Amino acid sequence: MAVQEHIRNFCIIAHIDHGKSTLADRIIERTGLLTEREMQSQILDNMELERERGITIKSQAVRIVYKAKDGQEYIFNLIDTPGHVDFNYEVSRSLAACDGAILVVDAAQGIEAQTLANVYMALDHDLDVLPVINKIDLPSAQPDRVINEIEDVIGLEAQDAPLISAKTGQNIDEVLEQIVTKIPAPHGDPDAPLKALIFDSVYDSYKGVIVFFRLMDGRIRKGTQVRFMATGFTTEVVEVGYFGAGQFIPCEELSAGMVGYMTASIKNVRDTRVGDTVTEALNPCSEALPGYKKVNPMVYCGMYPADGARYGDLRDALEKLQLNDASLFYEPETSVALGFGFRCGFLGLLHLEIIQERLEREYNLDLVTTAPSVIYKVHKTNGEVIDLTNPTNLPDPSEIEYMEEPIVDAEIMLTTDFIGPIMDLCQERRGQYIGMDYMEETRALLKYKLPLNEIIYDFFDALKSRSRGYASLDYELCGYERSELVKLDILVNKEEVDALSFIVHSATAYERGRKMCEKLKDEIPRQLFEIPIQAAIGSKIIARETVKALRKDVLAKCYGGDITRKKKLLEKQKEGKKRMRQVGNVEIPQKAFMSVLKLDDN
Amino acid sequence: MKDYEIYVHVPFCVKKCAYCDFLSGPAPEETRASYAAALEREILSGDPQPGTVISLFIGGGTPSLLDPALTDRILTSLYRKHSFSPEAEITIEANPGTLHLDKLKAYRRMGINRLSLGLQSPRDRELQILGRIHSFRDFLESYDLARKAGFDNINVDLMMALPDQKREDWQDNLRTVAGLQPEHISAYSLIIEEGTPFAEKELNLPDEDTEYLMYDDTEQILASLGYGQYEISNYALPGRECIHNIGYWIRREYIGYGLGAASLVGEERWNNTRDMGRYLAGGDLRTDRESLSDRDAMAEQMFLGLRMTKGVSRSLFRENFGVTPEAVFGPVLRKYTNLGFLETEEDHIRLTRPGIHVSNQIMCSFL
Repeated sequence: MAVQEHIRNFCIIAHIDHGKSTLADRIIERTGLLTEREMQSQILDNMELERERGITIKSQAVRIVYKAKDGQEYIFNLIDTPGHVDFNYEVSRSLAACDGAILVVDAAQGIEAQTLANVYMALDHDLDVLPVINKIDLPSAQPDRVINEIEDVIGLEAQDAPLISAKTGQNIDEVLEQIVTKIPAPHGDPDAPLKALIFDSVYDSYKGVIVFFRLMDGRIRKGTQVRFMATGFTTEVVEVGYFGAGQFIPCEELSAGMVGYMTASIKNVRDTRVGDTVTEALNPCSEALPGYKKVNPMVYCGMYPADGARYGDLRDALEKLQLNDASLFYEPETSVALGFGFRCGFLGLLHLEIIQERLEREYNLDLVTTAPSVIYKVHKTNGEVIDLTNPTNLPDPSEIEYMEEPIVDAEIMLTTDFIGPIMDLCQERRGQYIGMDYMEETRALLKYKLPLNEIIYDFFDALKSRSRGYASLDYELCGYERSELVKLDILVNKEEVDALSFIVHSATAYERGRKMCEKLKDEIPRQLFEIPIQAAIGSKIIARETVKALRKDVLAKCYGGDITRKKKLLEKQKEGKKRMRQVGNVEIPQKAFMSVLKLDDN
Repeated sequence: MKDYEIYVHVPFCVKKCAYCDFLSGPAPEETRASYAAALEREILSGDPQPGTVISLFIGGGTPSLLDPALTDRILTSLYRKHSFSPEAEITIEANPGTLHLDKLKAYRRMGINRLSLGLQSPRDRELQILGRIHSFRDFLESYDLARKAGFDNINVDLMMALPDQKREDWQDNLRTVAGLQPEHISAYSLIIEEGTPFAEKELNLPDEDTEYLMYDDTEQILASLGYGQYEISNYALPGRECIHNIGYWIRREYIGYGLGAASLVGEERWNNTRDMGRYLAGGDLRTDRESLSDRDAMAEQMFLGLRMTKGVSRSLFRENFGVTPEAVFGPVLRKYTNLGFLETEEDHIRLTRPGIHVSNQIMCSFL
């Protein structure tokens, strides 16, 4: 077993696509943990979806042995962190498990909003940050400019930052050496009471929950009685070990400074919350590690199986996904329009999209998803306060004293050319200007307070299109503010379609109502009768469109005896109908429920 | 003994029309002769069929393009193999420009008693757009000759919703043709089919509302001139409804001979091969065999029967399947009856006039 001063616990932080996972692969490859033949591209992102989207969704860890130039062997524990604002809390817990961080910056693109957010978070955790300039093989690479930017903007010494290409492997050795020299060995007392930080956990159908942790103090081995301090859950350790590449390697004991895993026949990831402290039940540490919080979903939507008969399959799939994802919330709900389904809660839009995609791909489910909603606080006249996650459940306006909505602190990094259009966008989305910092001549950081419900409604798309992709966003929930909110209902053929209701600020209600009606008019095919589509606030109609009746749908053609052909045409038509939802007498295509999420046509 | 029908396909024409996606095309005389020989072989080698033939339809393509001697051989082999009712309706399709008096007289001698003339339009400009080989004048000549030869049962095919056609144009077309008092008029809408020259072109087609009105005009104008509508696209003087056509909609059994021809025997449907080489070579010609379940057959009985203005006979349905249509299709029948698209009168369930306009929507609900 290595002594503590030969351990280096670190993570890699980067903006999306700046090469974090590729660098991780090179490090693993260079230290000989895997031969190249065994290397599957990007070891750490092992979910199919992670590889495809180039993002990390779950934290992962790997232990590598590196023989340094000083002749000594070092143990590197590389903890891979999720790279998206939705998973900020997970990122912060992963960082807390490290002693240093490699900051990867793209030599062509420079610092982005997420880079900054992550670096500041790392510095907050007292990590030593080791900058690395990646993609120097690109023709557009400007390493000098980026080095200056790192020094000016972040204030990190970057003159001797390794200039590397993770893709070609150029200068990776220098990164490895700097890990040894610049990242400190872990502190911690192996003889103190056990104190370990959970940074992730996964569910395994044989071993139960496998808990990933970093030991701050003490030791842990098979048979140790442990207690999870926040949840109070107590159990006996069955196995401890460390992380090979894609496999778990059991060992006798783990001690202070080490990173590893334990199993203890734990059935539920909710008992092993990320950020919780593990201690010895009989000899507990005096206080838990700081920073634990129970993460709560910020964004909710309804998810319904396109085929009602697959409700049970959807429930089973959600249950399985939740085994690995304590932040995924779901509970059954019923919609008049969509039948039986679930109200699901997510950390953010990306989290929502990922779960939706995994359900569709890994579980082969066809889903209808309703417009995402944030949690509104409804203060009722009787003094009661309810957290509203489904617009349909909004109490009668006469019972409402006032409502509050969640507000975020948003930081938008952008090139100065786009300051105008992006400020317009934030203004349209009810943003409150806080300030602007120039990073260098051509780049600025724009700060706004924005209502979260404006962000979850196609803000990313609008940001990207209005900045031609040159703006990036980071945000953090900062609290609730009182707001003039109304519930907008959509009536199709005079019947309210509950799945289309949503909460909106009263100032934008007319505009949104009009756009909704227009969009639905395009999405709902003509049927055997005229269909009015109306937007209403309470009993007041604020917008109306009409889908004209289908006048003609007749095959006035002779097919002779070729009935099969005629039948095939009718079957095709019937298939089309099957993909629709029956609401009253009206057939609404499933994509209509989702198309209303994207109304911005700028 | 069961009545049944026979269809014979002749896949030859002088020149392919711009809208046509039927299995047909020009071919040299030798091919036509070997095809007739192959047809004869197919007819004679088939299993004997119990029952009586009450209609025969020789369609295409342009069957009148065949040398009458070949047509005669085909008919002779049919008469040899099958037992025809003395009143059987025997139709041949013909195009103006391919007929002369001797040919027509020969048809009569062979027992052909009904002629279906592919006119499509009495306007030469429209004929040109469609890529037809004849003028209206050619048609009038053929029509007169047919009468002279003794044909007292003639159908004329017309097409509506043609490129550049105005509603008034169509009304005139109807009056012109009905003025000649053929016994039967088929009026089809032009449908742009994939793979045809029309599909590649920018066409100035009448809009949906105009087509809707044209369709209603057809029924009204023809009714005023003595023609009753009995099917979505077919109109006839009293008693002159096409037996063969009706057979398809009431699911009478039929045997198809020739390239690509479809058959329904028992509850089995199949098509002959569409590959000319394979057809001429003989052997097993059948493809796409499909055994219909009771449910399939019941659905067919409904959506096919609804093509007829008379509708689906409930007693026939019960006779065939031992249950009423209501027992099987109750919710669908109720839904469309309530919406005013279906109605039940005594023994028949039929589409209302508004229902006919959107018939596909209703028909597909039975599948």
